[in-house]
Amino acid sequence: MIRLASLLLILIGLYGIFSTRNVIKILVGVNIMELGVNIFIISVGFVSGGIAPILTSGSFSSALEFVDPLAQALVLTSIVIGLGITALGLVFARKIHSKYGTYDLNAAGGSKDD
Amino acid sequence: MRKVFAAGLVILFGVVLLLGLSKTMDIAGYEDGLISGKPAEAYINKNVTEESGEIIYGETKDAETGSANMVTSVIANYRSFDTLGEVTVLFLAAVGVSMLIGGSGKEKKRKKSGFILRTAAGIIFPVMLITGIYIFTHGHLTPGGGFPGGSMIASSFLLLYMADEKFSLKLSGFKFAEGIAGSLYVLAGAAGLFIGGYFLMNFLPTGTVGTLFSAGIIPIIYVIIGLKVGSEITGIISDMLKEEVSV
Repeated sequence: MIRLASLLLILIGLYGIFSTRNVIKILVGVNIMELGVNIFIISVGFVSGGIAPILTSGSFSSALEFVDPLAQALVLTSIVIGLGITALGLVFARKIHSKYGTYDLNAAGGSKDD
Repeated sequence: MRKVFAAGLVILFGVVLLLGLSKTMDIAGYEDGLISGKPAEAYINKNVTEESGEIIYGETKDAETGSANMVTSVIANYRSFDTLGEVTVLFLAAVGVSMLIGGSGKEKKRKKSGFILRTAAGIIFPVMLITGIYIFTHGHLTPGGGFPGGSMIASSFLLLYMADEKFSLKLSGFKFAEGIAGSLYVLAGAAGLFIGGYFLMNFLPTGTVGTLFSAGIIPIIYVIIGLKVGSEITGIISDMLKEEVSV
């Protein structure tokens, strides 16, 4: 179920990217899509009955059943890079707005028919 | 017209995605996956290069990586080179932000904050700062690590910006810390290359699993990452807040 939900998030984000020419809305779409991808990767690392992959005094042995730590490490990387993309994209949007007075890419001088 | 076209494209993509994925995995529920047989099993048992047997919290000595948090052992040891690239991407984003909007000279007028926020910020700021430092120094034992800890430090400075409309950080110190931390990461990697034979090798003794001074080079690298991420995100926040708005 969570996988279907994450695929739905990816598709919503994709629709957000395709359906508008507003830079801020495109960035929101990219972020929603990224959230869906992250949830999907985490769900791939799921192990039935698995616990968080940290040894503590409660779960003390490596012989216990843990969920996949590799998927979580990949998602951590992806979150950080998503932050960088969002920050840089917002600054580009700000630059476009200060030059053309609008966030719309069509009005800012893109080709009219795409 | 654009919306109809977008919807059609999205539905087509969704159908392809569903058909492709449903062949390889149980898309509607969880499959009964086991960790045995996955590549990550070697990371959990810490036997990528050598057999080390069962790892017991607080007892096993000198295990490979020696980190109690297995996600950290992947991020800061087994795949540390990836993390170096990730930190570089974040650095490029911070440089891009400060090149494009920083240094305009004019300060944006911020709204005066309320009494509750101004008073509480003085109490909450040190707690947030110390918690951030705690999170990245204990990255090899507890959830968290350099990236969440650094973000928490940056958000404590954001709180100061929000509480005082005239507050402005001198960014030169943060830029200096960021550069030093980035170079130290590469130097730690190069030290591994000269001592052990490959880049970013864990060349320090790894100690007992679960103690603060364990896991060799991992806590050092995570403190470096925490300082770097903290100063970078603080720089991004300050650059964005100092940008003059002309609407």
